[in-house]
Amino acid sequence: MSTTAQHAESHAHGHGLGETVTHNAAKFGMWLFLGTEILLFGGLFAAYALFRAKYPDLFYESHKKLDISLGTINTIVLIFSSFTMAMAVSAAQKRNRKWLMILLGVTFICAAAFGVNKYFEYSAKFHHDIFPDTNIFFALYFMMTGLHMLHVFLGMGIILALIIMAKQGRFKEGNRYTPVEVGGLYWHLVDLIWIYLFPLLYLIG
Amino acid sequence: MSTHDHSEEHHTGLRVYGAVCLTLFVLTAVTVYITKFDFGDMNIVVAMIIASIKAGIVALYFMHLKFEDKLTWIYALYPLFLLFLLIGFTIIETFTRVPVIR
Repeated sequence: MSTTAQHAESHAHGHGLGETVTHNAAKFGMWLFLGTEILLFGGLFAAYALFRAKYPDLFYESHKKLDISLGTINTIVLIFSSFTMAMAVSAAQKRNRKWLMILLGVTFICAAAFGVNKYFEYSAKFHHDIFPDTNIFFALYFMMTGLHMLHVFLGMGIILALIIMAKQGRFKEGNRYTPVEVGGLYWHLVDLIWIYLFPLLYLIG
Repeated sequence: MSTHDHSEEHHTGLRVYGAVCLTLFVLTAVTVYITKFDFGDMNIVVAMIIASIKAGIVALYFMHLKFEDKLTWIYALYPLFLLFLLIGFTIIETFTRVPVIR
């Protein structure tokens, strides 16, 4: 929570209450959207729970074919990208354009690295004749990680748009940085979902 | 949302975000490491508790939920409640189903 001094400082830049209301409304709108995203994945999580309860041995045997080290590396990469995204929002708050662009760039590279890693994982599975129709575990594996990958691609598009906007000087002193904060929220959700996918798919005990 | 007009201006910096990131790395290492041990049916429970701690930290600090107002909290938690109903009852139904003799 900000102090009175910061209030006065912010108002000195000339944005009225309207700006703040817009900023908060945009953030709230993103939280609403994230709720629908959680429920979208929720259907798949419920299907996972049902089939794992029904076929525990099949899930255990099938999960052994996944590469735990690749999964762990991707988890680390995604967490780190969430960290750089959080730092990017911090840079945007301070109107530090240089660091904003650097941090968004690193976040983008991490997202791309995640995608490349996933490409090799999928290729290895196909090479070993493992496809979505192999069994219910792999049907869920490809569906859940595939839908998640789609979100990573969308997130990369958003981050790229933010980099371009930052380059154009859209987040300069006196301007709102709302797009960075809202885009950040979306990116953190992508990380959050992977935090659950990783132990559910790769680490079945 | 109108109670604090400049809620956007909470400056969390490198120190907090760095600590959060390291904590998440450690918890990831822990969750991978403990797969070496068998807690039986508790395996999935332990894995989900660690995942939930990680998710909570991401939401609270990276997503600034800690600084958000009540309304945002309600809308952040409500889908989780729905998810709990969906998954909870799916599991109960699966384990209590009795085969029907035709």
